[in-house]
Amino acid sequence: MKILVTAKRVVDYNVNIRVLADQSGVDLNNVKMSVNPFDEIAIEEAVRLKEAGKAEEVVVVSVGATQCQEQLRTALALGADRGILVETDEDMQPLAIAKVLKAVIDKESPKLVITGKQAIDGDNSQTGQMLAALAGLSQATFASEIELEEDSATVTREIDGGLETISVTLPAVVTTDLRLNEPRYASLPNIMKAKKKPIDVMSPADLGVDVAPRVKTLKVEPPAGRAAGIKVESVEELVDKLRNEAKVIS
Amino acid sequence: MSLLVVAEHDQNTIKVPTRVAVAAAQAIGGEIHLLVAGEGCQGAIDAAAQIEGVSKVLAVDHANYGHALAEEMSALIVSLAEGYTHILTATTTSGKNYMPRVAALLDVAQISDIMAVESADTFQRPIYAGNAIATVQSSDAVKVLTVRGTAFDPVSAEGGSASIEVREGPATAGLSSWVREDVVVLERPELTAASIIVSGGRGMQNGENFAMLESVADKLGAALGASRAAVDAGFVPNDMQVGQTGKIVAPDLYIAVGISGAIQHLAGMKDSKVIVAINKDEDAPIFQVADYGLVADLFKAVPELDGQL
Ligand SMILES: Cc1cc2nc3c(=O)[nH]c(=O)nc-3n(C[C@H](O)[C@H](O)[C@H](O)COP(=O)(O)OP(=O)(O)OC[C@H]3O[C@@H](n4cnc5c(N)ncnc54)[C@H](O)[C@@H]3O)c2cc1C
Ligand SMILES: Nc1ncnc2c1ncn2[C@@H]1O[C@H](COP(=O)(O)O)[C@@H](O)[C@H]1O
Repeated sequence: MKILVTAKRVVDYNVNIRVLADQSGVDLNNVKMSVNPFDEIAIEEAVRLKEAGKAEEVVVVSVGATQCQEQLRTALALGADRGILVETDEDMQPLAIAKVLKAVIDKESPKLVITGKQAIDGDNSQTGQMLAALAGLSQATFASEIELEEDSATVTREIDGGLETISVTLPAVVTTDLRLNEPRYASLPNIMKAKKKPIDVMSPADLGVDVAPRVKTLKVEPPAGRAAGIKVESVEELVDKLRNEAKVIS
Repeated sequence: MSLLVVAEHDQNTIKVPTRVAVAAAQAIGGEIHLLVAGEGCQGAIDAAAQIEGVSKVLAVDHANYGHALAEEMSALIVSLAEGYTHILTATTTSGKNYMPRVAALLDVAQISDIMAVESADTFQRPIYAGNAIATVQSSDAVKVLTVRGTAFDPVSAEGGSASIEVREGPATAGLSSWVREDVVVLERPELTAASIIVSGGRGMQNGENFAMLESVADKLGAALGASRAAVDAGFVPNDMQVGQTGKIVAPDLYIAVGISGAIQHLAGMKDSKVIVAINKDEDAPIFQVADYGLVADLFKAVPELDGQL
């Protein structure tokens, strides 16, 4: 079977972002960009399924500016077979991305799509679910375990109360949670090999998708700061402060 | 304007985050209807009718909705969507699961995790793990929203007198089925509802050591939380994770023990009223948000704290 995975280019999770003074967004100049961490988990899962003989091909898709090629190369170095870049400079929101991905799966007909549960820049957690809805597919979000069979998948999901296991008919969309796997690092030979793997480039217009944004960002501000607190010298002082100053315990 | 809030319930009671979503709906303004879908959920339907500010309960009691599967829930909500200007639910794993499907089927955007209402079409929401707050305006005819559990005070569970309208949903989508659940039975308050939380991180070293925190939590009537590192290492179950990609909490008191304070963790707890950090590393970033910081070995400090409570 063919597996499609998605890889979003995002500000690296270690970067402390800075809001621009003109409130138009966050500063992306000279900031380290990476594959969204949940998408690394998606890639890893797909590659492991291939290594286990459960899938024949892993195709990775990214939607965005031409620089997304870097993240596609990373995915190829991690074991994906080929890449698709849907190139656009438009401000791409989840609904538009889901429509683009729907058009890609219409062309590619994968049996399984694995996306991240959330992109750590916009924190939307929408794209995989929207894609499933648009394509009329079943979905299993926040996966911590996937058991793949020929025509179905049994997926354990991280939910607020603990874990839930569901069975979905294939093709399906699965979104990854943190505990699904621990992604590998790309080895140097694999990074070299990835340079030769093919990346197809197309535009949303090629796919016949209208990507006009529906939501306008009016401004972006830093959050309200917290006043610095104090250091206490002992447990005794801590308990005293909590009882008599903050009055949060009795 | 009419707003539809989708309720989360345990068959008998309506969960607190739903009452937070009703509060957000009130901030937008208009007539508020509450959808209660489930199987064997008459108790929840009756409870929903008591909720302050709700004028009508749409009640759908059917086997298709027993486990709130996304395919079923989204098809149901879309079938009831006509006439509503806003469709809201709480930002829980359940709401996050079906609501984007609702938005996509209606061909509208979803605005995730709103934390403030500026007007009927303009909302504030956190991005970049809460390190920036975006004010966004939707141009869609229907606004599909999820509501951050800590952002509004829940409306009262009592005092309302909504009418109950029994409705039916579409035929089952039949794409997925529920297999089983491993739900942690809590003897303590739920994380998102607790007024005090004691959280442990990698510094706890193993699951057994969490017994120390449990003892403190029991004395304080507190819930137990954890960092991702503690969950990943298998010390505690996943539902205890606080943070950008776990639970968002804002209790009166948050005690972080052996947690360094990575931005992803801070994203989940930095709106707590009072933060206490116990960490042996005086440079740990958690101290930058702590009202009271104690630089100490937790294996000494926590038993001492336990003794003094
Ligand atoms: C995509 C993504 C999502 C994430 N989501 C989350 C999330 O939702 N929630 C979350 O928490 N993290 C999340 N993380 C992980 C986050 O980046 C950190 O790795 C994690 O929070 C670290 O956990 P920790 O503070 O317990 O461990 P560490 O950073 O290892 O800190 C352990 C602390 O314990 C202290 N310590 C050790 N021994 C003792 C002792 N005896 N006495 C006192 N102090 C001691 C140390 O000084 C240290 O400060 C995410 C990361 C990514 C990439
Ligand atoms: N521009 C994009 N290109 C590729 N995949 C994306 C893009 N945006 C979102 N995704 C996928 O959808 C997931 C959820 O993103 P979001 O809905 O934005 O939180 C991400 O983890 C990615 O797997």
